[in-house]
Order: sequence, then C-alpha cells, then structure tokens
Amino acid sequence: MKALSQKRRHPLAAIALLLMGLLLTGGLYAVATTVNEAKASTTSFSANDTEEGEKLFAANCATCHGMGAGGTQDGPSLVGVGAAAVDFQVGTGRMPMQMNGPQAYKKPAQFNDEQTHQLSAYVASLGPGPSIPEEHLLDAQGNAAEGGELFRVNCAMCHNAAAAGGALTRGKFAPALADVSEKHIYEAMVTGPQNMPVFSDANVTPEGKRDIITFLKQIEANGSPGGADLGALGPVSEGLFVWIAGLGVIIAFTIWLTSRTS
Amino acid sequence: MSAHTTANAPAFVAKTKGGRITDFVDQRVGGSGILREFGRKVFPDHWSFMFGEVALYSFVILLLSGTFLTFFFDPSMAETHYDGSYTPLKNVEMSVAYSSSLDISFDVRGGLFMRQVHHWAALLFVASVSVHMLRVFFTGAFRKPRELNWVVGGVLLILSMAAGFTGYSLPDDLLSGNGLRIIDGVIKSIPVIGTYTSFFLFGGEFPGTVIISRLYMLHILLVPALILLMIVIHLFMVVVHKHTQYPGPGRNDGNVVGYPLGPVYAAKAGGFFFIVFGVVALMAAFFTINPIWNYGPYDPSPVSAGTQPDWYIGWVDGALRLMPGVIGDFHFEYVIFGQVLTLNVLLPALVPAGIVFTVLFMYPWIERWITKDDREHHVLDRPRNAPTRTAIGMAGFTFYCVMWAAASSDLIATHFHVSLNDVTYWLRALFFIGPIIAFVVTKRVALALQRKDREIALHGRETGRIVRLPHGEFIEVHAPLDDYKRYKLVGFESPVPLPAVPNEHGIVTRKEKRRAALSRWFFEDRVAPASPAELEAAHGHHGQHEAVESAEAQKTLSH
Repeated sequence: MKALSQKRRHPLAAIALLLMGLLLTGGLYAVATTVNEAKASTTSFSANDTEEGEKLFAANCATCHGMGAGGTQDGPSLVGVGAAAVDFQVGTGRMPMQMNGPQAYKKPAQFNDEQTHQLSAYVASLGPGPSIPEEHLLDAQGNAAEGGELFRVNCAMCHNAAAAGGALTRGKFAPALADVSEKHIYEAMVTGPQNMPVFSDANVTPEGKRDIITFLKQIEANGSPGGADLGALGPVSEGLFVWIAGLGVIIAFTIWLTSRTS
Repeated sequence: MSAHTTANAPAFVAKTKGGRITDFVDQRVGGSGILREFGRKVFPDHWSFMFGEVALYSFVILLLSGTFLTFFFDPSMAETHYDGSYTPLKNVEMSVAYSSSLDISFDVRGGLFMRQVHHWAALLFVASVSVHMLRVFFTGAFRKPRELNWVVGGVLLILSMAAGFTGYSLPDDLLSGNGLRIIDGVIKSIPVIGTYTSFFLFGGEFPGTVIISRLYMLHILLVPALILLMIVIHLFMVVVHKHTQYPGPGRNDGNVVGYPLGPVYAAKAGGFFFIVFGVVALMAAFFTINPIWNYGPYDPSPVSAGTQPDWYIGWVDGALRLMPGVIGDFHFEYVIFGQVLTLNVLLPALVPAGIVFTVLFMYPWIERWITKDDREHHVLDRPRNAPTRTAIGMAGFTFYCVMWAAASSDLIATHFHVSLNDVTYWLRALFFIGPIIAFVVTKRVALALQRKDREIALHGRETGRIVRLPHGEFIEVHAPLDDYKRYKLVGFESPVPLPAVPNEHGIVTRKEKRRAALSRWFFEDRVAPASPAELEAAHGHHGQHEAVESAEAQKTLSH
C-alpha cells in the first residue's frame, strides 16, 4: 500500500490509469458483446482448422472474394459474415458459385463437411459474425402454430405460405424450403443469404426461429392431406390440372360416347 | 256430354298393377304427352356438342356437394381459437368461418372429399361453360335464331364466375382474403362512388366483420337461383330452336339428323352424368385443391407469394399485374377536386373485361349487320369455312390468354428460370401485338385448310403410290373420295363481299359504306368450294391435270 501511495505521483501514473480504464471498458464491452451474441461460438475451431481453411479459401474462393477475403469487384468482403454464412453457402452448394447471375443456385455441395468446417473456421477468424447454431435450436420440437404465424408474417410473402417458393424481381427468387436442413434454415435466417433479409435475434428470437423450423418440418412431414399437392403452387396448378387432365379425360369420354361402332 | 263419351268409349284398363298406377298418374300429369314430345326430340351426335352437358352436370354436382358443405360451414367472422386436429394451427386465433372450413377438412367424415369435389366441380363448371361458348362461337351457332340464347349463355358465364368468386372467398383463409383485398381495391378505384360502395359492401372499412356472411348468402342463394333460372331459359330455347348440326349429306337448315332423346340419347346422357361425376370424384380423391390449412387465417398484413385467384378470375388479375405504375415520368394517378383517380387500377380492372364482354354480347349482331344475313342457320360452319370469324375468335382468345398467363407471371419466372420483369415486358407487348398476330395467322391457316379441302375434293387423296405408265410417264395415284366425304368438303357457303347499296332515297349512307368496307374485310379473302362443274371436269378428264388446274385458277378468287 505504501509503494502504491508513493508512486501515485509518478509521471507514468496517469498513463497507467488510462490504460487500466481502457482495458476495463474494452473487457466489459467484449463480455457484453459475447452475451449479446448469445451462443456465439459454440462450434469450436482449432488453429489447424483455420489454417487449413485459409488454404482452401485461397485455392477456391479468393478469385472473387480476394486474398484475405477483403472482397473484389466480383464478390463481397467476407470479413464479419461469420461461420454460419459460410456453412450455409458452402454447405448447400451455392458457393462456389456456378456462374455469375442474379442469384446463386443450390447444387450438390462441392466441399465435404470437414472442408466446410475448415472454411467456416477461417472466415470466422476474420471477424466476429453469426456462428453455427446450437443443436437444441434445431430439434424441430418447438411450437408449430407460433412458428406458422411467424412464417406467414415474416417469410410467406417471398417463400409462399406453403413454403413452395416464389419469384422476386429480375430473375431473383425465394427458393422452396422442402428438404432444407434445420441448420441451413436457421443459418439463412441469421445471415440473410442472397436476396434474403437478415432476421436478427432481436427481430425473431432464437425460440421463434426454432418454432419456424418446427412449423416447416411439420408441414413437410404432414404431407398433403388432400391427395397429391400439385406442387403446392395454388390456383395456377389447379387450373392447369382441371383444363388439361379434367377436361382432357372428359373430352376422351365424349369422343367415346359419340363414336359409332360401325 | 263428356260423361256420355266416356261412358260409351271402351275404357282402357291396364293389365298389371304397375300399369294401372302408371295410367292413373299419366291421366293426371300427362306424362305420355310430354314424353311423346320430348322423347322424339332429335339430337345430333358429336363430341363437341357435349360441353354444355358437362356444364349442366357440374352444376348438379355443385348443388349436391354444396348442400353437404352448408351443413357444416359457419360463415361467422367472430374470433375463435382453433381447436381441431390440425396441429400446425392449434390455438391460432381465427374466424369461425375459417375454423369451420378446417373442421370440414379434418374433422367431418368425408368433409375434405366433399370440399374438394365442390371446388374441382366449380373449376370444371366454368371451364366447360367456356369451352361450350368457344364451340358455339367458332361454329357460328350463335346466328339466327340463336342470338338471344348466346346472350343468355354469356350471362351464365358471368354468373358462374360470380358463383366461383363468392365461394372462393368463404373459407376466410389468407389466400381468399388477399383476393377480397384486390376486389376491395378495384371497387375503391371507381371514381366518386368507389369508397362508398366498398364501405357498403364490407359494412365499414375492409375487412370488417360481415363480408363472409354476405358473400355466403349470395353464394348459396341468389347466384345459384339466377344460374338455375338462366339454365331453364337456355334449355327451353334449345328445345324451341332445336339443336344445330354439322354439315353433312342429308343435313340442311330444315331438318335435324341424329338420335331421338329416348331411349338411346337419354341413356347416353344419363350415363354421361355419372362419368362426369366419376371424373370429378377421382380428382377430388387424389388431388388436393385449395389446401386452406397451408394458408393460415386471414390477416390483412401478410401476403403470400404465389397468390392467385382461381383460373376464371385469373385474366382480370393478370391485367392488373400487366399495368405499369408509371411510364417514364407519366403517372396514372390524379387528384381531381379532392378525389383520387387511380387509373392504374381502374383501367386494367375494368377495360379489358369490358372489351371482352361487350364484343362477346354484341358479336351476333355485328356479324349480322355486316353480312346482312337474315336467314335461319341450323347447319354449322366448320371453323375453316368462316376464316374471318375464326380469326376474330382466335384474336379474342389470345387477348384473354395473354392476361391469363400474366396472372401466373411469377410462376412462369420461377419455373422457367427467367426474369419476372422480362416476363411482364413480353406479356405487355403481346397484350397489344398478340391478338393481331393471332388474327393474321389464323386467317391464313383457315384459308390454307380450305385450299387443301378443295384440292382433295377435286383430285382425291394422295395415296403415295407411284405408277409408271407403258410409255414411261410416272404418275401418282390419287384415290377419289366417296360422295359422303366429298360432300363435307364442298357443301358450305362462301359468301362474297356485299357492296354498299343505296337506301330508299337513293343515297349510300356513310354507315352503309362502313358496312360495305367491313364486308369486304370479312369476305374478300375467300376460297370458293369446288363447284359441280369443276368436280365434273376433274373426274371427266381423268389424268389430264392441266384442264383441272386452269379451271381451278379461274374459280379460286384469292386476294
């Protein structure tokens, strides 16, 4: 205590105090952000993952996204997009992109799970961003009715009320959501891939996202109670069906009825 | 006096008990007289004559299935929480109407099947009415004396659309609510009276709490009653006019060649009802229609992608989709004396439909005026033998179809991987150009088919058999047609343009000149049917092609 009181007049004391203050504020902010990000980094990445991911990135992604993922004219910067974005884009085969166009198409994944994990590790290391969601949010055991309401209010205008997909302007589109894994649905909501807006945790809570996934998985599992769903596209496919199949069969019968046997 | 005659006449006594009961009823109802009259009614047999029947049977199916649905449907818009067996909607707040529709689908035995029967039958009803009208138009069956029946048919088409739309809106799900919202917007765009009408209809601001029960009354009471009335008038006129027939040997405007109603035709028609019912039942059993559980309860805030009306309203929706909001700096919204005039809703919603229905209702009189044809027509035209009429019909059909396609512009974009904007631009262009292209192409196709008919009538069918004659010449053998087949190819009228004629004061009026110009436009491109002399020439000088061809060149007046 004596030493401290003696040195408090030291010329460097003010600087030391300032440093301590900064450290404290920064530390508190860091803690606060981690709390806000909730279950930010649940998937742990090893240094090796990051290293391997960087190599993969340089070989496969840097052409468009630039060395160091800083972005070029052909592709955006990936600093801060988080592991979830990489896991979604690479995991669903959208990246690497097949061709330049209004939107990246879903296709068979070009990287295996391990490589996707490594790429995620690398991009996550560039700056903080949404991480891969925790298992308990993906169990599809939430409230389907609540999820349905959230889906109709937030998602149906692009993805269709039955999640059959829909058109956006100039060749862009919202894809159908059948056969999309729980993890990818969640990641899409938090990262807003392609033309999709981001649904942050403040907008739709993690529980709400879990409910939406529950709703989607339940209507997928329920199938179509009324028979073949004709693509769940609504009145257009129904109209097409009645004109072609319905009227077609009836015309066949009218021809049969009016044909003479001789 | 009558007592004497009955006493003297040997009273007929039936031998069996059944016969006595039948006789008792017949003496009081006069059934045998009715049967004698109607049972001998002759109907020509052709598959294209049966669409009206399909429409009638669909309507009967609609009445039957609709009655079942009324037992369980509750049109109230009171709020409730769903408590049925479909878990994705458990405890969701909704209207009683939607809740009872869901109950019909999931908790009433056979309810979903009946709902689907009703909805498929509705789509088939309007479709068969439309195809029936197309058949009547393209064969010229609307000509005298059937002009008024054509109008009744047009009214039936509008009524069937009204029945469909009011029914579509009843479940109060998101899809139907979106449809009602569009109708509300269209009503509100009508100048001056629009907003008042909307408030009157919805009992206040949209959506209100009364619209479903009002639509329900229209749907189950007024509209079907009007349809039934129109069907009665329609069929009564069919009986009065007798049925039309396609041209053929022995058929003319004074007779009807076909089967009598009883017994064969009645049996066929009765059986056909069950076929139509069977087809509808199969569709209902195996294919979902209007999965209302997917759409959720109506709430004015969400609008689902892929929101379309049922097919028969699609063309109006398509016209709305095609209308640009602004063209460059030109906009379509004006404020006049504090009233907003929204032309970008008003024009597409009312003008194309107005054009289509005005031309549809007026057409028999338009053609009658141009052709000055006041004769009765009971023998139909083959579409190719009335090229201009067929071309007009196809132009109208194309106009309709462009708007129809526009109603599914979003699905065209996603399913063919093209830009939604490009689809819209193309359809906007086709809206104007499409009917013109269709007119020109159809007319040329019809004329070409007529020339082909003429060729076959004169020279017979090409057999593909090449024969070498003793002196070395190769000829292709043409098989001559039998008389029945040839009659079909030559037995039609081919009117020539009617020049303008002066009226009783010796003046050629401007109106008459316009009529003459239209007549020229109608009939100047024509292929005359092969005349008996030409046929004689063709068959007399067998093998001498030159003579035939020169005769043909003289008779064919083209361009």
